[in-house]
Amino acid sequence: MIKIFEAIGKFLLLMWNAASKPEKASMYWKETFRQCHDIGIGSLAIIAIVATFVGAVSAVQFAYQLRTISLVPMWWIGSIVRKGMILELAPTISALLLAGKVGSNISSELGTMRISEQIDAYEIMGVNTPAYLIGPKLLAGIIMVPMLVIIAVFLGILGGWWAGIMGNYYTTTEYFRGVTDNFIARDVNIMLVKSVLFGFLISSISCFKGFMVEGGAIEIGKASTQAVVFSSIAIVIVNFVVAFLML
Amino acid sequence: MIEIKNIKKRFGEQEVLKGISAVFEDGKCNLVIGKSGSGKTVTIKCMVGLFEPDSGTIVYDGRDSTKMSFNERKAIRREIGMLFQGTALFDSMTVEENVRFPLDMFTNKNAEEKMDRVNFCLRRVNMENTNKKYPGELSGGMKKRVGIARAIVMNPKYLFCDEPNSGLDPKTALVIDHLIQEITQEFNITTIVNTHDMNSVMGIGDKVIFLHNGLKYWEGTNKEILKITEGELFDFIFASEFLKDLRAHAKY
Repeated sequence: MIKIFEAIGKFLLLMWNAASKPEKASMYWKETFRQCHDIGIGSLAIIAIVATFVGAVSAVQFAYQLRTISLVPMWWIGSIVRKGMILELAPTISALLLAGKVGSNISSELGTMRISEQIDAYEIMGVNTPAYLIGPKLLAGIIMVPMLVIIAVFLGILGGWWAGIMGNYYTTTEYFRGVTDNFIARDVNIMLVKSVLFGFLISSISCFKGFMVEGGAIEIGKASTQAVVFSSIAIVIVNFVVAFLML
Repeated sequence: MIEIKNIKKRFGEQEVLKGISAVFEDGKCNLVIGKSGSGKTVTIKCMVGLFEPDSGTIVYDGRDSTKMSFNERKAIRREIGMLFQGTALFDSMTVEENVRFPLDMFTNKNAEEKMDRVNFCLRRVNMENTNKKYPGELSGGMKKRVGIARAIVMNPKYLFCDEPNSGLDPKTALVIDHLIQEITQEFNITTIVNTHDMNSVMGIGDKVIFLHNGLKYWEGTNKEILKITEGELFDFIFASEFLKDLRAHAKY
């Protein structure tokens, strides 16, 4: 129990230091853009593929169920896919994917830097290492995860349309009637709140696990695994809390 | 000049430094030698600020570390250059970016001035024409030389080298030793080299401090060290039977 409180204390202290004033803003912005590129562009392909097929399979499964209830019009599927993608599937599935891809990447990068004394080298130069190495990653996570989630929503909806047309469940007009029907802007707000929180959780937990590595290659592997596991657990818990409080 | 006074450092139950005092002089290569686990690296890490000593003081040219504010300590770090055992070059940056990094971060020089300084430092360590290479493309000796270039790019007053010859063949190790010695004399730097390589001791050891079990056991020059005939330092220098035989047949 004491160890848990100790870890939480260290985590909060590290995050506080990561948010401290940078030595030279231009260098931090440069690093932030590099991280945005790594997290955003680097993850775009996998998010696009997964989101498209999640949208497609959602449409197929709802069509399969609605066909047995003839009273419900098929254009509702557009509405269901849209709502499902915005409120749950795009933010949660994207975040879990990013926890695996970005989280392990961040923690192993920082862990290797720690073991190979690169972090010590920064510190001896006088660089505020939490601010320089963690700050830009946090910022990039908070900016890029919502952007990826927005892209995932659009691609998921398009995936649903593509699957429905392929399966001849509805026409394009019917599907987009459903997509635009009874649109609630608040759903998008909830999605954005979730994505920002998920972006912070993935980057902060992964940075913490990587930055605190002690030992060698085995410890880097363990830190990387723990970063993914803890981020994923944090994501599903926060997902529930946000849904419970905001829906 | 750096003076350390009665430095103590403990990790849990283990007392690694038990009160070390020493003076490291300007323009000289001050070598800290000792067996693995004797406290060499911890001493250096205390001096550069990576570890906080439990007690004792470190005085950099009259500036006492215990009386410094946070910002003053940060300023001292800008006067320190360090060559790490594993070089600690930044993998994601080219040679040029590695050497330029401290200039980018801490100076307001324009791009041309920075490039001039980077090229000067790379030329000084005979690593010109490697600007665009990544550390992964360099040999161990080349990495060390780039590490030295990065360490001197900010014109440091103090240069720390942690096991600069580890992993190098004897010939390359000599090249690195001489480079460190030349730079020390040329720029009048206070250089502290942490090593257990006796070739380095004999080659560049203007001043030698031998640590044993967290204590300073002996202090002298590389000329004096071979006059030792017994004790821990003797065992350290002439660790193998071959060297003991060699010494027995040599005229000192």
